[in-house]
Order: sequence, then structure tokens, then C-alpha cells
Amino acid sequence: MIPALDPLTRAWRSPQGRTGALVLAAILLGAAVGPTLLPDPVAQPDVIGEANLPPSVAHPFGTDHLSRDVLSRVVTGARISLAVALLAVALSMTLGAAVGLVAGYQGGTADAALMRLVDGALAVPRLFLLLLVLAAWETVPAAALILLIGSTGWFATSRIVRGEVLRLREESYIRAAEALGAPGGRIIFRHLLPNTLGPLLVAATLGVGDVILLEAGLSFLGLGIRPPAPSWGGMILDAKAVLVTAPWSGIFPGLAIVITVLSANLFGDALRDAVDPRGA
Amino acid sequence: MRRWLLRRTAQAAVTLAIAITLLFVLMRAAPGDPLSRLQGDRLLSREEIASLRERYGLDQPLLTQFGAFVGGLARGDLGVSIEYGRPVTSLLAERLPATLQLGGAVILLNFTLGLWLGVRQAVRRGSREDRWLTVASLGGYATPSFWLGLVLAWLVGVKWGLLPPAGHSDPLLDSGAGFLERTVDLLRHLALPVLTLSAVTIATTMRHQRNAMLDVLRDPFMLTARAKGLSERAVTWRHAWRNALFPVVTLFGLWLPILVTGSVFVEAVFAWPGLGSLAAAAVGHRDYPLLMGAALLTAVLVVAASLLTDLVYALLDPRVRLS
Amino acid sequence: MSRVLEVENLRISFPDGQGGRLYPVDGVSFSLERGETLALVGESGCGKSLTSLALLQLIPPPGRIESGSTVRLGDIDVLGLRGERLRQIRGRRIGMIFQDPMTSLNPVFKVGDQIAEGIRAHFDVSRAEARSRSFNLLQEVGIPDARSRLDAYPHQLSGGMRQRVMIAIALAAEPEILVADEPTTALDVTVQAQILEVLDRLRATRGMAVLLITHDLGIVAGRADRVAVMYAGQIVEEAPTARLFARPSHPYTQGLFASVPRLTGPVQRLTPIGGSVPPPSAWPAGCRFRPRCPKAFEKSELAPPLLPVEPDHRMRCWLAETGGARG
Repeated sequence: MIPALDPLTRAWRSPQGRTGALVLAAILLGAAVGPTLLPDPVAQPDVIGEANLPPSVAHPFGTDHLSRDVLSRVVTGARISLAVALLAVALSMTLGAAVGLVAGYQGGTADAALMRLVDGALAVPRLFLLLLVLAAWETVPAAALILLIGSTGWFATSRIVRGEVLRLREESYIRAAEALGAPGGRIIFRHLLPNTLGPLLVAATLGVGDVILLEAGLSFLGLGIRPPAPSWGGMILDAKAVLVTAPWSGIFPGLAIVITVLSANLFGDALRDAVDPRGA
Repeated sequence: MRRWLLRRTAQAAVTLAIAITLLFVLMRAAPGDPLSRLQGDRLLSREEIASLRERYGLDQPLLTQFGAFVGGLARGDLGVSIEYGRPVTSLLAERLPATLQLGGAVILLNFTLGLWLGVRQAVRRGSREDRWLTVASLGGYATPSFWLGLVLAWLVGVKWGLLPPAGHSDPLLDSGAGFLERTVDLLRHLALPVLTLSAVTIATTMRHQRNAMLDVLRDPFMLTARAKGLSERAVTWRHAWRNALFPVVTLFGLWLPILVTGSVFVEAVFAWPGLGSLAAAAVGHRDYPLLMGAALLTAVLVVAASLLTDLVYALLDPRVRLS
Repeated sequence: MSRVLEVENLRISFPDGQGGRLYPVDGVSFSLERGETLALVGESGCGKSLTSLALLQLIPPPGRIESGSTVRLGDIDVLGLRGERLRQIRGRRIGMIFQDPMTSLNPVFKVGDQIAEGIRAHFDVSRAEARSRSFNLLQEVGIPDARSRLDAYPHQLSGGMRQRVMIAIALAAEPEILVADEPTTALDVTVQAQILEVLDRLRATRGMAVLLITHDLGIVAGRADRVAVMYAGQIVEEAPTARLFARPSHPYTQGLFASVPRLTGPVQRLTPIGGSVPPPSAWPAGCRFRPRCPKAFEKSELAPPLLPVEPDHRMRCWLAETGGARG
């Protein structure tokens, strides 16, 4: 029995959770197959004649200042945005779980040192941590971006996992396992880790929304995905100059962010209530 | 109480020291050094870069650099901005007031409207109002602040012309304008940035307040308060909220980074002359000392806010105050 | 005697989580005469605390009192009251004491203020007057150095002192009925006796009617005028205290007595009741005690009403018809 499955089914039962999950699934599907059905997102068919066209049948979301199809760029942007978010969050959760398990299980100096480190890291907004590193890079390969975002997102998670481990260690069955001389690794992987999956799942779902926003913000500051590859934040940056004449080129990528992040958070919110029913 | 105070202050100092070290390591973790990017810049010759490197101490060993960095911090010296050629501290000090105006207004709104909505949600939990407020606040949280700012500036500021779309004051305002006129002008310029930043941050405050309130509403003393014949208003605001405020106050330090992050984008979009737009500009110029200064200032603010809120908590809660 | 409280067919329901509802209190009726003490006795989960909360409409959501239930204070129909009218009854006509004095007082307010608040909720008096009445109340419930205790916070007081403060709060608006829900359960044994003593004294001096809710038969004897025993959301036996102690008739009541050690009389083996109290979702049809009852017979499959054993002694068992339960 995997303890994380139960919150999933309970989150699915709440109207908010189900709406979030369904919309998110639709977005994932669109991001997976959409780009094959739509025009090339980087092609500039006619920079003079077809730039800043309002929405029409040929271009449902209009075209941007370089005559590129906005719908195609939004859909392809979804693929990039979600890929970055999912991979970065996977990295964050792995690091957070590892640090939290070690700190909680080892206790003592290791715990104190790790948690002080987390305190310090949480005192600086994640955006600034990333800006300091990224500003030094002329261009940012997607892999590096994922690595950087992922490695700055585990602090709060490690604290949650540690708290969970400390709580679990007081439970009689873990004490019994320890008293019977079960090796540490076995206790961690058999007993502790499976029981922290619920909170981890919540943190991961909410983390996906945070990373999408963060990546869009970085792109908006010119530090994210390298143009001309479409990213939602970068599209809004491009649209800034032409917002008055061609608002659609900025409004649609923004709406894409809102809808994606909101669905992730609605689902995450329902999951949190399922894992910890106090707030429900 | 005094021992607790000392321990808590020492803990804050350690946190800050670790944050500073982390920032330094991060900045130097990037491949090359901050000036290597200027290498290809035609404006600077190789010799000029070498002299700059010497000036910023980048030719020294890392540990020496760290020593100099910490030494500078101790003297309140954050170095010189590459772009502006002026001390970072004076640049930060210059921009601080505008940020305090904006941040103060957002904090005020969060800790009045946000708390009030959170309490209402808890009292009517599970109701349609509770559910829609949750969805609405999550919607705000899911909205990129820069996008919302741009859309509002375009719609309200440009298209409808209701409020100024950018800036801190009307440049055409007569220098002899009275206090009232100036205040109205400032409020009109504040309106859109405050609205944007509040919309994207208020969800966190509301959620914290709602959950804290739900916890308190379960406490047996709520039954006592009702059973003695108090009005629902007294039960909610006097008995429940007084207790549910503490947990929210202590989260202020954790909430502050959300506000700072948002203000970087919102100030940049609305050309608000505060620290946020300064930091955003520093990113564009790759102005490391300035970016570092902004990050450091934020860390100090966050740690100080956590310490302060813990103190306030201790003063407000008799269980802590009197032990 | 005049009747101060009358509860009729009280039913309280909670959602069962699967779309239906459960009835942890299911048709409870009793009444209270002026100056009388009635003990409502039962194990935890029998519905006795919910019953007491319902008297002032204090059932926490999503629980609710079903229509058809009646709570009457004199000629007032309490369950029909809302808002301000309901507020005026709470504390003024019925005062309540709860089980755990550690959590029943608001930790952030001085105890004097918590008492004064109850006074000012019902009487139009000045702060100074409310404070002086609070002081009198603290003295009345036997708190030494009452003057300085007015400004103490709950965490600065011991459990026994806090429960005395709770009693003072309950008395603040001079109610004619005091409901004490397990007032001593959370306290040390020696403190328990002191608190009961305070309650006894106040009842005598103030002439209040008391509804004493407890699982402890030991504190009922010599204190209550009548006893009502609850099991699975219903009253299963009701009689004057002396008669119930002398001749417990319902098999459940007999089981309760058999599981309590006696200080007098011949040494007997304690015989606990087999099994445990089932949750409301598992109450059987017919007599609800049937699965655990050593005397169950065919007719137990039908739900018994309260049947007379003697003129003022009734029980919810078919054996009352034959007198066969008495042995």
C-alpha cells in the first residue's frame, strides 16, 4: 500500500481538486501534441505585413511583433515551461527529502547545521539567489536553468520532511523497529520515506506552480530560456513594447500562466487538505 | 524571558551570517568572475578590465575576497555600483523610501483586508463564500505580478486613462503644490502598483489567517465564550481572533520574501523608483555589487522581521511574556 | 416543585461521511425541577455531553439538532431562539462548566476579565461594578487571595483553581440552572473532592438546579436527587438516586455497578461489561444493548420504550414487563 495514493483519491473527490487535475491534464496533453499541429513557433513569415495581427481564424491568438503565431508560441511555451517545472521540482523534492531525512534521522550536529543552512537560505528570496548566479551567464542552457531552479527549491521541503520524520520517530512502530536493531537505511526507506510521500506530493504540486511563475519571471527579466525559443515570460517581455497596439501578444501567454499555475495550486490545495484535514 | 531573548537574537545573527556566506558563494560559483562578461564588450579594453578586476579585488584568492567582503559589510561598505559608479549603500538608501511607501501600503492591505477575509473564511468554512474566496486568492497567487501590472497599466492607465500608468509623481505637478495635492498625486500613482502587488500576495496572508482561525475555533474556550452569552462578534473577534493572530504575525518573516520578489517586478513595470526597480535594472546591467547589495538588504530585512515578530509575539502572548 | 427545564425527544445528528446521517443522541427526554440535581450518567460516546451542549444550541457544526426536539426553559422554547434572543439565554438562564479547565479558559485574557465579560453580557453595569462582582464570585468559589487572582492569566493557576474560575464564569450571570459536564474528570483525586464540595455548597446557597454529567457513579451518590443512565444515545434507566443504587434494574446499569469497586459490603469480583460501546454507525436494531447483554432474549430484537419498573423508576428494557431484570 502506497500511503500517497490515498490523498490523491481524496483530492480527486473535491470539486476544486478535480477541476485543477483535469485542466492540468488537458494542458499537459496540449503541450505534448499541440506543437505538431500548429505552425512553426519561431518562423517569421512576414515581419512587415503580418506583424501584430489581431486574433483571426488563421491566427486564433493573433501574431506578435515579429509576425509569429502567438497560439503556437503559447503551446510550445507550455511544453518548455512544464518541462522545466517538472524536472526542477523533481530535483528539489529529491534534495529536500534527502536533507530532511538525514537531518531528522541523524539529529544532533548534522541536523542543527543543515537547519541553520536552511534558515539562512530562506532569508533570501529564491529569485535573488537565482539572479546572482544567472546574471553571470551570457546565455542559459535549459539544463542549467533546471539545475539551478531545482537546487534552490528544496529548503522549505527539507524542513517539512524533517518535521515529519521527527514526528514519526516518536511512533511506536518505528521505535520498535529501532529497538529490534533494524539498520538505519531500512528504517529510512521502509518506514520513514513512504510516510513522508504525502507531504512531499503536496509540496511538489504547489512547487510546480511556483517554478512556472519563477521561470516566467526570470524570462521576463531576460535571464530565462534563450530566445527565440518561446517562453511565456519572454513573450510577455516582448509584448511589453507593443502592448497598446497588440495586447493579445502579451495577454494570452499571461493567461496561460494563470490557468496552469491556478490548476496546479487548486489540485495542490485539495491534496494538502487530504493529507492534513485540519484546514479542510 | 531575557535568556530567550538573547538566544533568539544569537540565532538571528547566525542565520544572517549564513545567508551572507551563501550569497557570496553563489555569486562566485558562477563560471568566471562577474567581469568576465565584459570581456567581449567593445567599450572596455583588456587593460581596463584588468584594472577593474584589481579595483574590485577579483584578482585576490577567494578567501581573501571573502574577508574583504565581510570587512566591507562591517563598515557598511557594499562596494561601488558598476553601472552608476556610486557607492551601493547610497543608491540603496536613496531608493528605500519609495519602496517603503509601496511595501508599507501592501503590508497594510494584507494585514487588514487579508486577515479580515481569512477570518470570514474560517467562520464560514465550507460555505460558497469560503470556496470562492479560496479560488480567487489562489488565482491572484497564480498571476505573474509583471503581467498583471502590464495589463492594469494598459487597461486602467492607458486605455481608460483613470490612473497614471507609471511613475511616482506627476512631473507636471506645480512645485508650489500643497500637501494635499501632493498626497493625492502620490496615492493616485500608488494605486495600481499596490493593487497589483496586493493581489498576488494576499492569498498567503488569507490562508495563514484562515488556518490559524480554524485551529482556534476548535479550542474548548470558544465553547466557554459562547456559553456565557457573548455575541458572535465578540466570540469571533475578541476570543478567537486574538488567539489566531499570533501564528499569522510570526509568519510575517516568511511572507516578506514573497513581497520583495513581487516588488522587483511590480516596481520595474510601473517605473516605481524603489529598490525593486533598482534590482531589476541591476540585472539588466549585470551590476553585481548593486544586485548583491539588494540581496543583502533583503536578507537583513527578513531576519530582522522574523526576530521582531517573535518579540511582538512574546509581548502579546501572556504565556510567553510571563514565563 | 416547579419545572425549570424540560427536554423532549432530543435528537442530534452528524453526517456519516457517506451522504447519510448518524444520531449520537436519539430521542432523549428528561426534566429538571427547581433546586434539584439530576445526574446524567454514561460511558464516553453515549451522547451525554452532546445532550448538555444542545440545551444552549452549542452543537458544533456539521452537527445539528433535529426538528421535533424540544428544550423548554419555563415557557421559552430554546431551540426556536436565534441570535440576540438565544444569546440572552446563554449564561443567564443556564450556566455551563466544561470538562477540561486547562483548555476551557481563553489563554490570553485575565481571569477577572473573563468573568466580568459574562456579567456585562447580561447586566448593564460599569466595568468597576463588574470587577467587584467578579471578585465576589472568586471568593464565593473559594479562591484564596481573590483580589490578585483577578489579574492572573489562566496559565498561572493550577487545574483546581482554573476549574473554580470556570465555575465563577458559569455563575457570573446568576443562572437558575448549572450544567456541569464532567467537572472533575480532568483533575487530581484530591482536587476533585474540593471542586465537588464547592458545587454542593453553591447549589445549596443559590438554590440552583444542577445537571451533573458524569461517567463516575461514585460522585453521584449522596449528591444527585435523581439519576438518568444513558447508553448509545438514549436514556436507558431513570430513578431516584437511592432507588437506583439499591435496585439497579437495567442490565446495562447493573453492569456499570458490577464494574465499579465498592468500599463497603462484602468483597466482590469486579465484572466488566463484555465488549465495548459501539459507535453510532454500529448500533444494532432493537435494544441497543442487546449484543452485550447477558439477559437478552427474543423480544430484545424489538426496540423497547421506557417502561415503568415502579412509579418513578423507568427503564428501556422489556424485562420491566415481567420484573425479571431485578435479580
